Amino acid sequence: MERLFLFIYQRRAFFTFLALELFCFWLIVQHNQYQGSKFFNSSNAVVASLNNFSQSVRDYFLLRDVNTSLAEENATLRQQLEYYNQRLQVLDTLSQSDSALVSRFDFVSAKVVNNQVYRFKNFITINKGEDAGIKPGMAVISPLGAVGKVKIVSDHYSVVTSILNIDIMVSASLKRTGHFGTIKWEGNDPGIINLMYIPPHVNPVIGDTVITSGYNAIFPEGIMIGTVSDIQKNPEALFYDLEVKLSQDFGKLWYLTVVKSELKHEQDSLEQIILDKEP
Amino acid sequence: MNRGIIISIISFLVYLFYQVLILQNVVLFHTAFCFLYVAYLLSLPVETNSLTLMGIGFVMGFLVDMFYESIGLHAFSCVLIMYVRNYWLASVTPQGGYDSNSNPSLVLGGLQWFLIYATPLVFLHHAFLFYLEAGGFDMFWFTLWKVITSTIFTTVVILIAQFLFPGRRR
Repeated sequence: MERLFLFIYQRRAFFTFLALELFCFWLIVQHNQYQGSKFFNSSNAVVASLNNFSQSVRDYFLLRDVNTSLAEENATLRQQLEYYNQRLQVLDTLSQSDSALVSRFDFVSAKVVNNQVYRFKNFITINKGEDAGIKPGMAVISPLGAVGKVKIVSDHYSVVTSILNIDIMVSASLKRTGHFGTIKWEGNDPGIINLMYIPPHVNPVIGDTVITSGYNAIFPEGIMIGTVSDIQKNPEALFYDLEVKLSQDFGKLWYLTVVKSELKHEQDSLEQIILDKEP
Repeated sequence: MNRGIIISIISFLVYLFYQVLILQNVVLFHTAFCFLYVAYLLSLPVETNSLTLMGIGFVMGFLVDMFYESIGLHAFSCVLIMYVRNYWLASVTPQGGYDSNSNPSLVLGGLQWFLIYATPLVFLHHAFLFYLEAGGFDMFWFTLWKVITSTIFTTVVILIAQFLFPGRRR
């Protein structure tokens, strides 16, 4: 026994090395889980406020671009408002919608505090958290397209897993034909994402719009993702390999919208009942 | 001795905050990252024992991880190069050995010696960092390209820093 202790003591550098590396590896694996570690991330108050400070310095240099993009978004929203106003004139206003359906989604606007684009697993930190009603799993969109889903929240900040993350898959569909597929990022080009599982009888063309489908539990239906930019298919392959050019430039994210889906919980639990009852 | 420790702690913080607040936003050609904080670990005094080295490496890596949203990755790579460092230092000893209380730096052994000392360690650090992040060897060549470009970028920046502040901690 004494010899064993002596042996360990003599090799203490090696054993400390081993222990530290195992601990780090455990942290990495833990972090890759959906939920992630609760405290040691950039939604932690100290880290987030430092990031906030560094972002606020950068903001001054970006004001012009931010202004432009906000003005553009304003214009789009006005256009939509006008469109719906026109439709109201025509429609029978007596047919009331289901109030639950009307308030199905609620939106919270948030500012980007920290953004990553060039890594294999990119995350975005935003300046709204639990106090604003944000919970893990909510969808995050930008004026131009889908962005990601909330991973961890603290009181005033949250960390969003960007769709530019090699672990994330989102159900999407081709708007023109209505066929479903899955988008997944390959990890190299932050402007391009891959659309998989489009069957060979579909004829996608370059320029087809790709939107989120209603089948996924994260995003609302019909959020823009991008346009098809390259089509490849091996003769033996069962599915197309489509490259989609993202409509949102992820290097230029400043303001995001968190989507609070009021009915998602209900939909999930309903589907769960059906799944449980199946033999 | 006390003064040395205080200066060391200050430069630890300077390297850390320079890394997470400024260099985090610097990416060349979409692939080359700069992890200048490795320079701090590489320039710790020659006769520091590996337990202290690994401790410092772990703390540094862990703090960087909190900002990079990649808990464990940097810590893992830092502890690794800190474990290897003393063996590597011993095998690349310049003529006449090391003076007591000296830091491995450009002024200690000249440009060629410093490159031989620093580049493999930086490469090792980056290789583990990127392959662990990619979660395996699925994107082997692209990841290797990232590792090589980042190693060049980091080494050049470390050299520039060494030229700018040659006798910073002597």
